[in-house]
Amino acid sequence: MSAEHQPIGLPTGPGAAAILAAGIGSLALGVFSFAGDAVPAINRAFIFWQPSGALSGVTITAIVIWLVSWFGLSRRWAGRDVALGTVNVAAFVMLVVALLLTFPPFMDLLQEI
Amino acid sequence: MEISYRDMITVLHGMGFGVLFMLAFSGAIGVIYATTVVGPQWPRSQWDNAMFRFYLISMAALAWLATISGAYIIYPWYRAVPPAGTTDLSAYPRALLLSSPRTAGWHDIGMEWKEHIAWFTPIAMTMVAYVFIKYGPRLALHRQMRNAVLGFTAVAFFSTAVAGLFGAFLNKYAPVRGGPDIVLMQEK
Repeated sequence: MSAEHQPIGLPTGPGAAAILAAGIGSLALGVFSFAGDAVPAINRAFIFWQPSGALSGVTITAIVIWLVSWFGLSRRWAGRDVALGTVNVAAFVMLVVALLLTFPPFMDLLQEI
Repeated sequence: MEISYRDMITVLHGMGFGVLFMLAFSGAIGVIYATTVVGPQWPRSQWDNAMFRFYLISMAALAWLATISGAYIIYPWYRAVPPAGTTDLSAYPRALLLSSPRTAGWHDIGMEWKEHIAWFTPIAMTMVAYVFIKYGPRLALHRQMRNAVLGFTAVAFFSTAVAGLFGAFLNKYAPVRGGPDIVLMQEK
């Protein structure tokens, strides 16, 4: 067990769950933004509230996925020490992909491929 | 001196919630980084720790207020569809921007990016506030967790900066106006 994995007062599980869930929620936001932009049927399905259009469904669904994943990971990792290096890499990869998927020129580029 | 109701809500969204949030960033990064340098003895007292918890919770709350007010109050005004035959598009910012190839990019890139990227900020800052509250000064002992917190804080700053910058430009080219006028000050 490396020094990073050794318990120091509090296990790393709850923090790791919050970090990974933030990555998952961000990725969900990016994927839904892109899907709504690329596929008209998905765009229409995301219209939860007409005045805000598809933005309402994209954001509400992403937030639900973020909170549900946070809840699930918190329960799974409560009281446990988790390898934070792996969690950080996964969370930041998801975050970077999500940022790219919200950038309109990148969205357009993907749709042209 | 008057301001329209929609102008006032837009100012509250951008200058109230958004700018206050941006101003708070340097303090948040400073204290989180201080735990890296000083170690678990920072913050030095329970009072300091409690104040910083309050500070981060306030930042997360401001981020939520800015994004929710933007997406569910101002955005519907922005994207309102003008009735057929409307020639004065000043009350329909999205349609006004798209009416000219010189301004269409402000919507196609500016608003399309702003409306989504802004949502990374409340998610990131809620996580940052939670982790700091949960671990407090002990965060200094978890180097990788601290790095993740700093990384997400930096991404939240970037997302807010993009949203704020485009928000300012969009409001310059196609301001969201309308609703009853509110008198701020009467001239004698």
